[in-house]
Amino acid sequence: MSVVFAPTIGLRPRETHYCPGCTHGLIHRLVGEVLDELGVLGRTVGVAPVGCSVLAYDYFNCDMHEAAHGRAPAVATGIKRVLPDRIVFTYQGDGDLASIGTGEIVHAAHRSENITVIFVNNAIYGMTGGQMAPTTLIGQRTTTTPGGRDAALTGYPMRMSEMLAQIPGATYVERVSVHSPVYVRKAKKAIRRAFEVQVAGKGFSLVEVLSSCPTNWGLEPAAALDWIKDAMIPIYPLGVLRTPDDPPAYLTAVQPQSDGGAVAGSGMPPATGVVGGDSRGAVPKEGEGSAD
Amino acid sequence: MPRTLMKGNEVIGAAAIRAGCRAFFGYPITPQTELPEYMAAQLPKVGGVFVQAESEIAAINMVYGASGSGARVMTSSSSPGIALKQEGISYIAGAELPCVIVNVMRGGPGLGGIQPSQSDYFQATRGGGNGDYRLLVYAPASLQELADLVQIAFDKADYYRNPVMVLADGMLGQMMEPVEFRDDLPRMELPAKDFAATGTMGERAPRVINSLYLKPEELEEHIHRLFAKYEAMKVNEPLVETVGLEGAEIVVVAYGTTARIVRSAMATLAEEGIHIGLIRPITLFPYPMGVFETLPDSVRQLLVVEMSMGQMIDDVRIANEGRLPISFVGRTGGMVPTPALVAERVRELLGATAVGGATEGSGATAYQGVGTGSTTGGAR
Ligand SMILES: Cc1ncc(C[n+]2csc(CCOP(=O)(O)OP(=O)(O)O)c2C)c(N)n1
Ligand code: SF4
Ligand SMILES: [Mg+2]
Repeated sequence: MSVVFAPTIGLRPRETHYCPGCTHGLIHRLVGEVLDELGVLGRTVGVAPVGCSVLAYDYFNCDMHEAAHGRAPAVATGIKRVLPDRIVFTYQGDGDLASIGTGEIVHAAHRSENITVIFVNNAIYGMTGGQMAPTTLIGQRTTTTPGGRDAALTGYPMRMSEMLAQIPGATYVERVSVHSPVYVRKAKKAIRRAFEVQVAGKGFSLVEVLSSCPTNWGLEPAAALDWIKDAMIPIYPLGVLRTPDDPPAYLTAVQPQSDGGAVAGSGMPPATGVVGGDSRGAVPKEGEGSAD
Repeated sequence: MPRTLMKGNEVIGAAAIRAGCRAFFGYPITPQTELPEYMAAQLPKVGGVFVQAESEIAAINMVYGASGSGARVMTSSSSPGIALKQEGISYIAGAELPCVIVNVMRGGPGLGGIQPSQSDYFQATRGGGNGDYRLLVYAPASLQELADLVQIAFDKADYYRNPVMVLADGMLGQMMEPVEFRDDLPRMELPAKDFAATGTMGERAPRVINSLYLKPEELEEHIHRLFAKYEAMKVNEPLVETVGLEGAEIVVVAYGTTARIVRSAMATLAEEGIHIGLIRPITLFPYPMGVFETLPDSVRQLLVVEMSMGQMIDDVRIANEGRLPISFVGRTGGMVPTPALVAERVRELLGATAVGGATEGSGATAYQGVGTGSTTGGAR
């Protein structure tokens, strides 16, 4: 008899607290399988968010940190900088990453921290009971947009992956979905590639996973998967947005500063007195008459 | 070790590196910016890590990650930045992680000013973050003490697995004094960092760095564990300097830079034949309560002097337990009290000058005679 399915050792043998039909647990499994298959589980440190997946620290079979809401990329930075040979990942919801944690995710990408981010976009705040997220679709009913999300009042759905892909340091960015087995396989491939980028020391990698929240969408599990396909994917198109091989065009134009002069082709102003000299004279410091 | 002339902010950096600090996460803000600048230059030379974070919030969360990974780690800022760090400080205390946080205080509230202040006393000693937790708080008054206490702070943080705050003011950060990096500082037996989440290496169960306890009975138990540490701190850690208490009618209570100003006032008054005493708390939490219980009978009243509107008065009142009347004099908003101002207030309290007469700067005497309603001072 051949084994058709076995639990991954990437996850601890525990029951999760997720609602029936929620795809958080499935995404956990993909991450756990990849960590196991890459042979890095023992040297992996994960960072759990605040959101429905807050207890991810109890599910992944590796060392874990629990972070404050939105701060996982900063916590991961602290870990990776002092343990550079460990594999460090964050697992974050869309409220966590796209709302309260925008500063932390943007700058972790900007510094090209050599970490992997699993970004679970379910277009809602699951844990707190279904409030609007920055990713909520126009017209989508949530407890804080009871008449449906109105762009005039709350803006349009925020496409974090497209934004982050513009950042020079964002080495690998891909959006995937888990609404059907074919897409689940593709999602796993993307997660694997993201971790491979980290293992190769190439910098920041992020996989956005479109995920279901049947409970707060008010849909049956199967209908929730359909809603990902029919409503979410048109707004959040799937695909690779950045790879190590396609840096944004303007990057090649920016040269590192080597002297105080203007940098050819960079469009940057000359750095008056900053390089190779005492900048204090040229730039007033906060304490020297300029306000804070 | 020879004595070196250094700037306060750089003393902090040098002391931290000597104490084995190998990771620093910070963000520029006057009057502490020389410290991250120093760390940016020096830490790489000893194999350490420096990151200029995008904000103080990110910086303290990097500290959380690094500390949970077992590193000796520090962050620093000044008042508005320390306000932003409170979220992370609360998480670090909750997760029982060690770290050192330096606040080179400036005037507030809000953006306030950039001149020295002591107006973050409440924030440091009462906890600016959420929840039941405390910080061990050191308040050095000289650069030598700064050099010593920063090093000691790292050991204490590891020993108690709790954040330790070094509360300096802009004056200490910016001044220059000769310091010696002593080899004879008290060192502690430190527990192994067997909490650190550094990867299981397939050899042990996963470790979790965490401050979440969803079951209230478990959270309560956890908090009781934290408070057992704070009780131990109250027994073992109070530090205080006292000067000339015997025979003094007035004892001044002041910490940090302000205590040095009081020392000048003491000298001036001594020339006039007025002898006052000084209590200088060196730890603000735990507060050195004991010294107030054993004051000589000569002491008739206490005078608190601060570069704030009088935030330490609450602790003096608690320590005093209603025994003596307490008065206050201070300047705030970045204004520094002069020795003359302190001396004038002492003369006034002794009845040597006309009571109610204008003293220098009306804002300076905004708060008088705290506790006179409930004092039992007359019973002494
Ligand atoms: C500082 C702070 N603000 C707010 C909260 C409350 N809170 C907990 S989870 C959450 C939203 C989580 O939504 P998301 O990141 O999308 O995760 P999901 O539950 O949908 O997986 C909020 C607002 C908190 N814990 N901390
Ligand atoms: S509330 Fe939504 S996101 Fe949270 S566990 Fe339930 S289905 Fe999943
Ligand atoms: Mg969500």
